[in-house]
Amino acid sequence: MADARGLVKRRAGARLWLSAGWLVLLVLVALFAPLLAPQDPLMQDLFAARLPPFWASGADPNFPLGTDSLGRDVLSRIMYGARVALSVALIAGILTCVIGSVLGLIAGYFRGWPDVVISRLVDIWMAFPPVLFSILLIAVMGTGLGSIIIAVVVIDWTRFARVIRAEAMSQGAMDYVASAQVSGRKRFSIMLTEILPNVMPTIVVLLTLEMGIAVIVEAILSFVNLSISTDDPTWGSMIAEGRLSIHQAWWVLVFPLIALFLTVLSLSQLGEGLKDRFDPVLR
Amino acid sequence: MSFLTIENLNARVGTAPILRDVSLSVEAGEVRGLVGESGAGKSMIGKAVLGTLPTAVEIESGRIVLDGEDLQALKPRDRRRVIGAKAALIPQDPLTALNPSRRVGPQITNRLVDILGWTRADAGHRAAELLDEVSIPDPERVMRAYPHELSGGMRQRILIASAFAAEPKLIIADEPTTALDVTVQKQILRLIRQMQARHGTALLFVTHDLGVVSKVCQSLTVLFGGMVLEDTRVEQFFARPGHPYSAALLAATPKYTDPDASLTPVPDAVIAGVEAEIEAHDRMHGHV
Ligand SMILES: Nc1ncnc2c1ncn2[C@@H]1O[C@H](COP(=O)(O)OP(=O)(O)OP(=O)(O)O)[C@@H](O)[C@H]1O
Ligand SMILES: [Mg+2]
Repeated sequence: MADARGLVKRRAGARLWLSAGWLVLLVLVALFAPLLAPQDPLMQDLFAARLPPFWASGADPNFPLGTDSLGRDVLSRIMYGARVALSVALIAGILTCVIGSVLGLIAGYFRGWPDVVISRLVDIWMAFPPVLFSILLIAVMGTGLGSIIIAVVVIDWTRFARVIRAEAMSQGAMDYVASAQVSGRKRFSIMLTEILPNVMPTIVVLLTLEMGIAVIVEAILSFVNLSISTDDPTWGSMIAEGRLSIHQAWWVLVFPLIALFLTVLSLSQLGEGLKDRFDPVLR
Repeated sequence: MSFLTIENLNARVGTAPILRDVSLSVEAGEVRGLVGESGAGKSMIGKAVLGTLPTAVEIESGRIVLDGEDLQALKPRDRRRVIGAKAALIPQDPLTALNPSRRVGPQITNRLVDILGWTRADAGHRAAELLDEVSIPDPERVMRAYPHELSGGMRQRILIASAFAAEPKLIIADEPTTALDVTVQKQILRLIRQMQARHGTALLFVTHDLGVVSKVCQSLTVLFGGMVLEDTRVEQFFARPGHPYSAALLAATPKYTDPDASLTPVPDAVIAGVEAEIEAHDRMHGHV
């Protein structure tokens, strides 16, 4: 029993460290892309188009993961694309999390009219089909990083609000919250000290999931050409272009896909792992 | 003047009454039992006094006077301050009564800091003393522990220490031993009584165990369906119960003198009688 638990713990630990490792690598690459990237990600060279990755015959060591149909370096483009992906993940994820969690906490713990207002808003909001909503938003606001972030926040804050509200509600019924109320503490301070710490594991999981979702949304919007200007390399636009030349140059499609997949996977694994760290009973 | 007086308290959920003209009082330093079957509204009375009623429950009419202060007449902020300074709760379930994500120490000292305005350091010393008083070995270590690292009995001791921490004049103990196993129950009961006597605290003791009432309480309120059926001294109650339901309840309780005597459950006729009383009461007050 003790052994099995130890094993589970160690395995969970390995997953956590692998995910964290990939994400740290990605952050470093994004920060230092200009120093690390072997090539200018925008430089076209039609004489070097569709060069294969380094292990294949005919590869050029200057282009380790090959080039696309315009002769641009795939590795460098993935590195620069990480900047967009991570900015969107971080900013949109955190904004969504903060807005949704604060509203959810207030609705779930204070109940009464704040709950009525917030819950009604959530219901109405969720009646809109999200993809249509985001396309509409971007049509109105124009493409660009800011628009994508706002689209993610606007669509997904309700996910946090609903889940956190339910958790705050069940926390609010606990005796320790009643005791804190009896000792005359301000309700807001009770929300921060008694409710928030117990909701934290859920917030962390939702946040990392949300960051993964933000990365995917950005990729989808680039894929349909609604993201930032098409010159800037993003994983979504690389996948879209790679799809067209899949038979001649599969690497243009596959490498950004792998980057996207590993990032989303790592984020969700990180959330699961961190949840246990935040949970005093499992810790 | 009693320390706590509840006068004609009516409360309901939606249109369903859950407290019907409840009146009871607790004298300073007195232990009053509050008995009744599950769902009778015992916890609701405690929560009404402490101001922790669920949002669904609405107080319709009546007065709750705590140490001369009419609670209903106060602004919510002031009410919380008054209640916090004068009353505290020993909850039923030590599992859900301590916050699982906070260490034990701050959960006790919080009350001293919030209510009495003490410094953290002073509160910490006092908390250690209190834990020692409730026979917890190595208080310093326990204060650094998380609740899940402690046994149920330990947690209930901590909650008792915490309830007495700010020297309230009234403690409401809501079935404080039901969640514990039998041997621990006895210790905890003895501890509550010792602490109550030593600190001279009035105690409203919610239970459905008349055996416990006979050992701990001086006076007793019998509740059924949110209505007070009897309000009496404990000796009086065991000698000559004043309501057929009380008599039936007594007959349904195992006797210490004769634990093997056959037990009669509360007869249906008695229940029907009480339900008729409740109906009559509701008709008089316009609930149909
Ligand atoms: N959160 C709530 N919302 C609405 N009604 C409730 C709520 N909690 C309890 N009630 C109702 O209020 C009535 C009184 O409940 P209360 O908890 O006071 O009973 P009790 O006498 O303490 O019983 P027990 O011995 O089981 O603790 C019950 O009929 C119950 O259904
Ligand atoms: Mg109860």
